[in-house]
Amino acid sequence: MIESIEYWLHTHFSPAWAGFLGWVLVGAVYLGIFAILGLVLVYVERKVAAFFQLRLGPMRVGPWGTTQTIADAIKLLLKEPVTPDKADRFLYNLAPFFVVTATLMALALTPFGKHLQAFDIDIGLFFLLAVSSVGVVGILLAGWASDNKYSLIGAMRSGAQIVSYELSVGLSLVTMLLLTESLQLSEIIESQQAGWWIFRGHVPAFVAFVLFVIAGTAETNRGPFDLPEAESELTAGFHTEYSGLKFAFFFLAEFVNMFMIAVVASTVFLGGWMPFHLGDWAAFNAVMDFIPGPLWFLGKVVFIMFLMMWFKWTFPRLRIDQLLTLEWKYLLPLNLANLVLMAFVVLMKWHL
Amino acid sequence: MKEQQPPLEEPPVVENPDGLRTEEYFVNMGPQHPSTHGVLQLVLTINGETIVNIEPHIGYIHRSIEKMCERDTYRQIVHLTDRMDYLSCHMNNEAVCLAVEKALEVEVPERAKVVRTILSELTRLASHQLWWGVMGMDLGAITTFLYGFRDREMINDIFEETCGARLTMNYIAPGGLMYDIHPNFQRRTKAFVEHFKKKLPEYDRLLSDNIIFRKRTEGIGILSKEDAIAFGVTGPTARASGFSCDVRKKQPYSAYDRVDFEEILLEAGDSFARYKARILEMWESLKIIEQLIDNIPEGEHQVKTRQVIKLPKGEFYQRVETARGEFGVYIISDGKKSPYRLKFRSPGFSNLFVLNHLAKGAKIADLVAIMSTLDLVMPDIDR
Repeated sequence: MIESIEYWLHTHFSPAWAGFLGWVLVGAVYLGIFAILGLVLVYVERKVAAFFQLRLGPMRVGPWGTTQTIADAIKLLLKEPVTPDKADRFLYNLAPFFVVTATLMALALTPFGKHLQAFDIDIGLFFLLAVSSVGVVGILLAGWASDNKYSLIGAMRSGAQIVSYELSVGLSLVTMLLLTESLQLSEIIESQQAGWWIFRGHVPAFVAFVLFVIAGTAETNRGPFDLPEAESELTAGFHTEYSGLKFAFFFLAEFVNMFMIAVVASTVFLGGWMPFHLGDWAAFNAVMDFIPGPLWFLGKVVFIMFLMMWFKWTFPRLRIDQLLTLEWKYLLPLNLANLVLMAFVVLMKWHL
Repeated sequence: MKEQQPPLEEPPVVENPDGLRTEEYFVNMGPQHPSTHGVLQLVLTINGETIVNIEPHIGYIHRSIEKMCERDTYRQIVHLTDRMDYLSCHMNNEAVCLAVEKALEVEVPERAKVVRTILSELTRLASHQLWWGVMGMDLGAITTFLYGFRDREMINDIFEETCGARLTMNYIAPGGLMYDIHPNFQRRTKAFVEHFKKKLPEYDRLLSDNIIFRKRTEGIGILSKEDAIAFGVTGPTARASGFSCDVRKKQPYSAYDRVDFEEILLEAGDSFARYKARILEMWESLKIIEQLIDNIPEGEHQVKTRQVIKLPKGEFYQRVETARGEFGVYIISDGKKSPYRLKFRSPGFSNLFVLNHLAKGAKIADLVAIMSTLDLVMPDIDR
């Protein structure tokens, strides 16, 4: 289908226009994915939370409440975008776009399936890490520009938290890079042809996976690390003053960020769209191959997101100093030791 | 042109031990804030994330209940006490009724005494369940809230069947009970006790043994025994500091003199001890209910008293142990149908003002945790 669209573009327009329009179409598709992903994830989160909390969750709007989030989205669109009196208007309005842009740029790299990836650059993983840290600028701006002390405290917490946990995210991925030998997402997945890295990478790969999920959750301001929002302390943290669509941007970006962490985890550790194979069991492997790649990919992503929701709805929140202690005194040294261990594993060629 | 209000006073610049120069600033926590549980306003002076001073401002839901009592008859006063500490309404009702009965020198039938005790303990359980859920929520674990409510719902159903109301019961009346218990009362209460005995260990598994929860509460907001006495702190909050102050033990009323239970006394005095004290109190409450539920004596549920009660001249005081601590009713009567002056001693008021002492120097997140372990109910404080 993609080829036919491309053919149609090239027969009707000059090559330059065709290329440009192609990118516009891809952009529009990803905007759509962003919105749909946000809506679906909000619904899933509410249902999972309900499941953990002995309730039903949304049930009224549509079958099993499936259109509840659409109704909520319409409500958010119709709400008045309030700007506080003494807010820095320019920065206040700019902040949500930083967050959304950073998330969208990261989303463009998602390898949904074989060749089903909009933007497959050779420094993919590096680009992902770089882009996902831009989001914190938006959060800091939002906190600063709102002229609200709660927002400012939330933003400062967020800054300290994301900068710290970025290290753990980066280091656990560097550990895996020793195995994958490439930063390109498609090649990382291809390198797991013989088995997912979490199985073939021995103990250090598993440790890196756990560290990545913990640090990734902290980076998305979720779960037990939701200090920047901390409802019971800071009312709503950095987005206290935001309403309507601007609030929706923060809200959706949080969910899509969680999706991105799950995407990276499933790509690097669980083989992306690569099916699960068991040694010499040809029949079993054939059945597994029959399931399409995108389904494998989404299944893994959903599994990791379920994990993240699980501990979000179970654990109490950490305190800011405990949060930083956890990162700098436990996760970071552990990560460094893990990196050395992984280097040793690779040196001994145990992973082949 | 809008007029710019000047700031109240310029916050001082602080030289921190690490050489960093910071400015203290004010934050208004409340009266509309998710974790002040009602309309409490805290004016916080903060240095970074560290709390320098806390100034509680109360009075946002002051309804002058004490003044209204001077207008109403003694039967009408009872229903006002429901609206104070709405989580221990049976105990509040009982306090007024005991004071009135003491003044009238009326002996309440055994049946009423036992039922009053069971209802009080059920109320205590319901209150602690709600507190447990909210405590988890204040620390960011929202799931506990719904677990607490699941079990509280069963108690509310029992109350609804017996008294017709779920929150403001107004069931205990001077002279005994308003009317006799529902035939299902015993069966459903026993079913609840069986249910909750299984569920209470779940509370421990979900929250008490969680490492994050332990780190957030252990060694935080330590209240010494001396301070507890000096501030007039009562209830589980004081008993967690080792101050033995259980009215049920010190001055047994109703049927508390014939049941076997322990006063929970802990030594640590930190947030976790206050948490643990309430969890252990729930076990004791279950024990009390189990001893009494099969032994409700037959007979009248109330003694006949006049429709409009007139107390003899004099001063009468009665205290009971509510879920939050010692609740006292002080009646000055001049022989008329309503009191000359009525004063309530509410446990929440004394417990609130220990907050500044406990949370000074702690982080904002700790303040929320400490406030949660004090178990404040604002209508009780404002009255």
